Amino acid sequence: MSAATTTTGATPVRHGAPRASAPRTRRPFRAGKIGAGVLAIAVAVVWIFPVYWMVNTSLLPRTQVQSRTPTFFSADGGFFNYARVLDGDSFLNALRMSAVVTLSTVLFVLVFAFLAALAISRFRFRGRKSFIIAMLFIQMLPAEGLFIAQYRMLSSANLLNSAIGLTVLYTAAVVPFTVWMLRGFVAGVPAELEEAGMVDGLSRTGAFVRITFPLLAPGLVAAGVYAFLQAWNEFTIALVALPSNQAQTLPLWLRGFLNSSVSQGVNWGEVMAASTLIAVPVIIFFLFVQGRMTGGLVSGAVKG
Amino acid sequence: MNTTVSPPVEAVVPPGARPAPRKARRRTRAPYALLVPAVLVILLGMGYPVYWQIITSMQEYGLAQQFGQPPTFVGLDNYARLFTSTELWAVVVKSVVFCLVNAGLTLVLGTLFALLMKAASRTPRLILQVAMLLAWAMPMVAAVTVFKWLFNYRSGVVNWFLVQLGFEQFQGYEWLGQMVTFFLVATLIIVWMSVPFVALSVYAALTQVSDEVMEAAALDGASGWSSFWHIVVPMIRPVLAIVLLLQIIWDLRVFAQIRLLQDGGAPVSETNLLGNYIYELGVGRQDFGSAAAVAIFVLLLTILLSWPYVRSLLKEDEA
Repeated sequence: MSAATTTTGATPVRHGAPRASAPRTRRPFRAGKIGAGVLAIAVAVVWIFPVYWMVNTSLLPRTQVQSRTPTFFSADGGFFNYARVLDGDSFLNALRMSAVVTLSTVLFVLVFAFLAALAISRFRFRGRKSFIIAMLFIQMLPAEGLFIAQYRMLSSANLLNSAIGLTVLYTAAVVPFTVWMLRGFVAGVPAELEEAGMVDGLSRTGAFVRITFPLLAPGLVAAGVYAFLQAWNEFTIALVALPSNQAQTLPLWLRGFLNSSVSQGVNWGEVMAASTLIAVPVIIFFLFVQGRMTGGLVSGAVKG
Repeated sequence: MNTTVSPPVEAVVPPGARPAPRKARRRTRAPYALLVPAVLVILLGMGYPVYWQIITSMQEYGLAQQFGQPPTFVGLDNYARLFTSTELWAVVVKSVVFCLVNAGLTLVLGTLFALLMKAASRTPRLILQVAMLLAWAMPMVAAVTVFKWLFNYRSGVVNWFLVQLGFEQFQGYEWLGQMVTFFLVATLIIVWMSVPFVALSVYAALTQVSDEVMEAAALDGASGWSSFWHIVVPMIRPVLAIVLLLQIIWDLRVFAQIRLLQDGGAPVSETNLLGNYIYELGVGRQDFGSAAAVAIFVLLLTILLSWPYVRSLLKEDEA
C-alpha cells in the first residue's frame, strides 16, 4: 500500500509540467504514468471481479458450480439458470410487488417534492429555513432508528404486507433528499423566462407549464431515477413492513430464494442468476443518474 | 447546478409594475400550500413513528401489552436499565469500532484510487471509473449474496484461491461461522460498496487542483509525498471531511448487510450491531420499550453526527 501512495502522490507533479509546455501528442510516456495505469487496471480487475463472478456463475451448470475447481470462463454456458428462476410465480409476484411499490413511490415523491422545491426556491417565507434544515436532517435518519415503530404503526393500521403501507414509508423517506435535489433545478430556471412569457400574453400557470416545466425535465428525471433506486433496492423497511412470504419485494425475495434452498444444497448458479436479474435494471438506471448524485452529495463541500 | 441559485430569488421580489395585492397574497400563502403534501407524508411516515418511539421508550411495553394490558409509564427506566447493561455497551462498542474501521478504510482506499485515476492516462482511468461505477451500482442485497458465494466454504472462489496460494487451512473454511471473520467479510462488502463514492468524489475534487500549482511546487523542489500532503490535501480537505462524515453515518446503519450475512448460521448475539440489536429487542423479544429507547439513542446520535454535513449543505443554499 505504501508503494501505491508514493507512486500516485508523485505522478501529478510529474505530468503537470509537460502538459503546460508541450502539446499532448509529443508528451513522452513516463514510467510513473505507466505504473499508475497498470495499478489502476489491477484495482479495476479486483473491484469488478464480484460482478463478473456473479454473471459468470449464473451461466454455469450445477456440476461446474459445485466443483472444487472454479470455472473462470465457460464457452458453453447458457441461460438455463435464468429459465429456472423465472419458472413459477414467485419471481413474477415479487417483481409485481416491487414494480407497484417503486412506481407509486416515484410518482408521489416527484409530485410532493416538486411542489415543495417550488416553494423553497421561488418564495421567501417565514419558516423556509427551518423547513430546509428539517429536510436535511430527516434525510439522514437511518431506517434502523424507526423501523420498529413503523412496524407497530402499520400493524395497528392493518397495513402490514400491503403495498400502500410500504409506499407511504418509502415516500416519506425519499421526499426530503429529493426536495433538496429539485430545489437546485427549480432555482436554475430563471423566473425572468416565465415573466417574459407572461409579457407575451401567457397566464402565470400557462407560462409555468409551457416554459418552466420543460426546462425542469432533466431534474425531474434525475430525481425520479433516484427515487426508483431507493425504493427498488430497499431492504430494511421492507423486512418489517412485509413479514409474509406472499407479499415480497425483489430484495426480500432474493434473500428468501437463497435461504429456502439451504436445506437441499444451494444451487449458486440459480442464486447468481436471480441476483443478476435484480441488478441489471439498477445498473442501467444508476449509470444514467450517477453524475448527478456525486455532485449533489458533496457540492456544498466543493464550493467551500 | 448551484451557480444559478440567486437570480430567481431576486425575481420573486415584485417589480413595481406588477399588481401589488395579488403578488403579496401569493407570497404569504402559496408556499405553505405547496409544502402541505410533503409535510403530511413525512409526518405520517416518520413523524408519527418518532413520536410513538419517544412515548414508548418511557413505557413498560412488552409481551403483556401485546395482549391488551395498558402500558405503564416508567419515565427513563428503560434508558437507565439499558445504559447500565453491559449487553448494550458491548453492541455500541462493536458498532463504533466497526463503523470507524470501515469509514477509515473506505476513505484511505477511495483517496488512493482517486489519486490513481488522476495519475493514470485516459484509458486505464476510464477502466477504473467503470469498475467503480459497477460496484457502486450493485443493489445491496445482490452484493451481499455474491459475497456469500465468493466466501462459500465449499465451492467459494476465495477459499480455492487461498488454498492455491498454499494456505491449506482454508480448505472448507467457514468464514461466517465466527465473529472475527464474519466482521472481516462484512467489512470487505461494505468497503467494496462504499469506496466508489469516495473515489469518484475525491477525484472530482482533485481535478479542481490546478496543474500550475503542482508545477510550481515541483519547481520549488517539493517531493511527490510532501506536495501531496502540503498542497493537495489542504485543497481537497472540505471534500475529504464531508465524505468521511457521510461514511461514518452510513457505516453506523449496516443492519441489512449484517442481517443478511447472519442468515448463514452466524452467531447472532455476537455479531449484532446497533440496528440488529434494535431488531432483536423489538421483533425478537417483543420488548418494544427497550427497542424504542435504543432507537431514540441511534436517532440522536445520527442528528449529532449529521450536523456538520447539514451545515455545509446550508452554505450551498445561501450561496
